[in-house]
Amino acid sequence: MNVREKWWLVFDIVLPLVGVCAYVFVYRANGAHPDLIGFVILGGAMSAYWMNVLWAMGNQLFWEKETGNLALYIMAPNSMMAILLGMALGGMATTTLRAASILAIGSLLFGVRFDVSNAAMLFVVFALALVALYGMGMMFASMFLLFGREGWHLVSLAQEPVFLLSGTFFPVRNFNFWVAAGASIIPLTLALDAIRQLTSSSGAALGFLDVGTEVAVLAGLSVVFLIAARFLLAQLERLAIAEGRLTESRA
Amino acid sequence: MQALAIETARLGRIYKPRRNERHDTKERVALSDVSLAVPRGELFGLLGPNGAGKTTLIKILTTLLAPSSGWAAVEGYDVHREPQFVRPCINMVSGGEASGYGLLTVRENLWMFAQFYGLSSSDANRRIAELLEIVKMSDRINTKSSQLSTGLRQKMNIARGFLTDPNVLFLDEPTLGLDVEASRDARNYIRRWVKEQATRTVLLTTHYMVEAEELCDRVAIINGGRVLACDTPQNLKRRLQREAIFHLEAAPLGAGDVAAIAALPGVSKASHQATGFGSSVELMLQEERVLGPVIGLLESRQIGLRTLTKREPTLEDVFVELVGRSMEEVEHG
Repeated sequence: MNVREKWWLVFDIVLPLVGVCAYVFVYRANGAHPDLIGFVILGGAMSAYWMNVLWAMGNQLFWEKETGNLALYIMAPNSMMAILLGMALGGMATTTLRAASILAIGSLLFGVRFDVSNAAMLFVVFALALVALYGMGMMFASMFLLFGREGWHLVSLAQEPVFLLSGTFFPVRNFNFWVAAGASIIPLTLALDAIRQLTSSSGAALGFLDVGTEVAVLAGLSVVFLIAARFLLAQLERLAIAEGRLTESRA
Repeated sequence: MQALAIETARLGRIYKPRRNERHDTKERVALSDVSLAVPRGELFGLLGPNGAGKTTLIKILTTLLAPSSGWAAVEGYDVHREPQFVRPCINMVSGGEASGYGLLTVRENLWMFAQFYGLSSSDANRRIAELLEIVKMSDRINTKSSQLSTGLRQKMNIARGFLTDPNVLFLDEPTLGLDVEASRDARNYIRRWVKEQATRTVLLTTHYMVEAEELCDRVAIINGGRVLACDTPQNLKRRLQREAIFHLEAAPLGAGDVAAIAALPGVSKASHQATGFGSSVELMLQEERVLGPVIGLLESRQIGLRTLTKREPTLEDVFVELVGRSMEEVEHG
């Protein structure tokens, strides 16, 4: 979201809200527990980060190559991890505005009240979720540098299944344990589950694992993804230099 | 201090076909046995047609591409094994590049690149103002780069290259997209910049002969990935001093006419180009008196001669002498 391109406000906030509204009306039509409406709005807000990680972070280096920036970044006397980290922070900042807008407008529209039981833990979960998600994005960025335009198709493939597996619009506990456990490799899954448990009265009852365990797994995922991103970036930079893929556009 | 800013020894680069590119199964030799030594303070030119290997050489020297064979060093550091020491000393500007972000202003884009090199904000802003003044873009400092024309964007790129005051600056067709006046200004600044400090070196690639002649202390003529000659522009042209070079405009010539001229004894080269209403022919003769038979042949075939000019050899003639074809002919296969 950038105020220099005001139309982006519409695309970034209003359009995702439309998707959230559809799920809210489905739950309402079925007379579901009111907390589930809050779950959907939280899912809509958190999915903004996932979209940013996939479409912006994941494809970042590929697009930088297409525009000619990548060669200049590689040639500059600094670490590519630092540049990717800067991009991740920028993505987090703009997406937080988007997510906060979805949360605020959605809550106002549907009269949802969040009941935060542990604000400090909520902050820890949210922070870890962002580190793990953007660590994953940095890892994708390295991989997609080699995939070229095919990375775009992989992103398209990953988008909808992840919405399903991560329980974006429903509690992930509805899956059987092993499906939910497998889906937990996507940081969004446990982050959403923990945030829901910490912000609604029925959250704990509908939660997949206890929040402490989810925090521990998220911390582990953060470390793994960041280390993997660093390793892959170094490896793939070497490979791209050897194969001449840093500047060409024949993907 | 290292005397040579750039050094290469038997440098080569072969592009191998990828596994998923079945249509392209041949290896492509982009660079072969290139050995160069560029001392500090020199403005060194690489002159050659598109696809000659100039950009491949620059990519290797700027640490963006690994050589397949041989060795290259910039500022004494191996570009492949010690890129971390090479990178702080260099910068690069490519013609027609679209670097930066369209949403950012000219100042913001340049500031961002300055940060990658560790310039303080105040130094960066001062340098940005100075360089935009030099490239006559001060009035565009707060314009979003997406709103710049191709020429203005290239001026911004040129400013970016000089922003970090590198020891070795690689300019890959830097005046591509610039108008005549802007190209002249850019050339003047490049020359002034490199002569200001003895530690500064420029490696410039171009396929504009004038640019190479006007700017470069020495020029390497490159074609098919090989360096064919390397010397000062004057010395390169001196190779042709014994030859007489004529430019003639005539009524339209057929392929047979050109072949007949080229086959005359004493004609070294005859390159033909169709113009709007006739033909333009560049003739390289072993001696001036060969001109008589050429004119005689035109008369015998009733081809009207419109103008005939004797001229001094240029780097284009040197290229023709070395390769056997003009750069344009090489580019068009």
